[in-house]
Amino acid sequence: MTAVMTGAVNALLGRRGRAAPWQRSATRLLITAAIVFVIVWVVFLAGNTSNGSAVSAPSEFLKSILNALTISGLYFIVASGFTLVFGLMRTVQMAHGSLFLLAGYFALEYQLDFVGVTATPDRNMVGWADWWLPLVIGVVIVSGLGLFIQQVFLRWNQGQDLRQALITIAISIVLGDQMIQHFGGVAEPITFTHEIHGYVEFLGIRYGIHQLFVIGMALGVGGFLWLLLKKTRTGMVIRAGVDDTPMVQALGINVQKVFAVAFVLGSALAGLGGVIAGSSVTSLSPGVDGQWLLHSLVVVIIGGMGSLGGAAAGSLLYGVVTAFAPAYLPTDYAYYSIIATFVILALVLAVRPYGLFGRPA
Amino acid sequence: MILSRLRGDPGGTADGVGAGDYARNTRRIAAALFVALVLVGVFQAVTPGVFRHYFVDVVMTRSLLFGVAAASIVFLSAFGGMISLAQTLMYGVCAFTVGNAVTTGGSKGLNLGWNPWVGVLLGIGVTTALGFLMGLIASRSSGLYYLMITLAYGVIGFYFFGQVTVLSGFGGVNQVRAPGFIGEPTDTTNPERLFYTCLVVAAVVYLLLRYVSRTPFGLALQGVRDDPVRMNSLGFNVAMHRTWAFTLSAFVASLGGVLYVWEQRAISPTTINLVGILNLLIMAIIGGVLVLEGAWLGAFIYVALENYVRNVVFLNNWIEEARFRTLAGAIVLILVLACPDGVVGLRKVRGATTFALIGAAVWGVVGGLQEGDRGAIAGVIVGAVAGIGAAGLVGWLGGHRDTARGVWSKLLATGRPSGVRAGN
Repeated sequence: MTAVMTGAVNALLGRRGRAAPWQRSATRLLITAAIVFVIVWVVFLAGNTSNGSAVSAPSEFLKSILNALTISGLYFIVASGFTLVFGLMRTVQMAHGSLFLLAGYFALEYQLDFVGVTATPDRNMVGWADWWLPLVIGVVIVSGLGLFIQQVFLRWNQGQDLRQALITIAISIVLGDQMIQHFGGVAEPITFTHEIHGYVEFLGIRYGIHQLFVIGMALGVGGFLWLLLKKTRTGMVIRAGVDDTPMVQALGINVQKVFAVAFVLGSALAGLGGVIAGSSVTSLSPGVDGQWLLHSLVVVIIGGMGSLGGAAAGSLLYGVVTAFAPAYLPTDYAYYSIIATFVILALVLAVRPYGLFGRPA
Repeated sequence: MILSRLRGDPGGTADGVGAGDYARNTRRIAAALFVALVLVGVFQAVTPGVFRHYFVDVVMTRSLLFGVAAASIVFLSAFGGMISLAQTLMYGVCAFTVGNAVTTGGSKGLNLGWNPWVGVLLGIGVTTALGFLMGLIASRSSGLYYLMITLAYGVIGFYFFGQVTVLSGFGGVNQVRAPGFIGEPTDTTNPERLFYTCLVVAAVVYLLLRYVSRTPFGLALQGVRDDPVRMNSLGFNVAMHRTWAFTLSAFVASLGGVLYVWEQRAISPTTINLVGILNLLIMAIIGGVLVLEGAWLGAFIYVALENYVRNVVFLNNWIEEARFRTLAGAIVLILVLACPDGVVGLRKVRGATTFALIGAAVWGVVGGLQEGDRGAIAGVIVGAVAGIGAAGLVGWLGGHRDTARGVWSKLLATGRPSGVRAGN
């Protein structure tokens, strides 16, 4: 009896050793099968979905791809800031979503002020400066707030990862609550300037200019970050800091300054994402902060933390999933699309526990 | 068997990182609290109407049931070294399952109308199974990655129940029936029954978790916490130990979920949103996440604060329903900044001073905003006195002078050599 129980416990705990080769190949096989099934489903079988299968409705398919790229671009802008801060300082910036939303709110307030209306303006009233200036103001304010948070709450306990995570969660709760008080609970969008509006037609399919604009911004941010990290001295120090902070410090570089720069940059990216997303894919309302914190988390979990390439790959994958899931799930089950997020998380973590491009902390 | 093991416990090695005095202090406070709870309950049962019902029916009941849920966080962090933010989701899943199974119509959800006990079994079963799955997926990660993955679970769960209107929708499931011995929603004649149920469940959970921590599995889990690589080379399957620990914690959290849905008679996604996740975490942190008893201690302090802080006149004007979150966030912030050991660390002079200063500043500002100069002065005085008083009281209850301050900070400072600290 005891032997049986011991045997059962050992079996449950997998005491026999590491995963056998067949288990690994079985996992791979399952995942490959899942991917193949999804592709076949989208291309041929998805008849009773809101989009229809790709073969029968190619234009819908292309539109979904454009949607996926748009949302991926936004994910990338927001998550690259998150991953930058994490990679350099090992700080999980849980208030990232709050900074995102706060920048959006400030931009909205200033836009309404500039245009001189109290509710969402007609887009023809919104001039060039009525969108770009609020963008800059929102980003600057949020960067300042990020610097404040870093200097006051995070600077002196650098290295205590968990404590910092808890501190930033608390900050995000306070910020979220205060935003409800000051900006109210009504969902409001920011309005793009009237140049960024309308459609371009290509091969008989209409593409929204604002979507192309978002994709362009994301590419611009990606290029800027790449240049910054690879070609400038600051970027060099940041990359060195990601690899080995004590050594950088020993070389006489003021690490605190680098940390501050990285944190400001990360906050600015959150703010930039907030203003652009608030103008294109989402309205600003309470709860959006948590939503975009989730997006950032998922992107860096599946992409691997602290790596720009990981953020790009992660946001592309996650963007495709979030854009395709509601469109290609059977119509009656479309609201289950949030499960797709969980599934993609599970699949990636099953193969690579530290994300696609990640490495153990 | 269980009792002999409990007696044989030296009060250190099995709990946390050699917690010693720190563990003993928390335990002493929690034991006093527990005795007080039983006394209050008995007193109320013997002399109905003399004691204020609200204290037992709401404050005590809620502290016990949230304590059960918080204990699942503490268990994971103390014995497994994993900080899980998915425990709120776990009790939410259980509560939603129970709600869908037992409602008989007139509510969102499936309205299956099953027997309440069947609903409870189903809820616990579903939650535990989901816990296994989620634990398995996260099991190869640790530290911050674990924290982030479990947080992602929690937020995904919130949106799941919000979006899937078949199961709940953002309005939530209402009019959940409890078993007969607790009574129907309209029946408020015997509210203390739920209190006793919570008391029994809390005691059982506490004994269970303590027992598990002393089984070979529990010891191996602590080995995994301290040195996964070594445990791996000794032939232990690290991932499976983490998975089963998470499954157990999901089971415990599901018990909390059952009690929660019996108490509230309703469950909605707002219960398990980011604020809900943080609330549970606050309780675990107030208790000082390394000692099991701290879960109930933290839950009690939090619930009492939530219920009674409104009685302070000029705070009440300021804290409307939503503003309480700001206060809750600020409390965590202060706790994590000033005394990472949880309330037990407050005896330290520095902790008390910090609390007094923060109290004075906060109350001063609030008082100033409310009633001008006089309010500000009064606020500063009240805040300072309250801060010192709270620190002193808690420290006095804690008894020992040296609270192993390093313990919590040791756990917090994962994976980085100390030379990297700021300011050097």
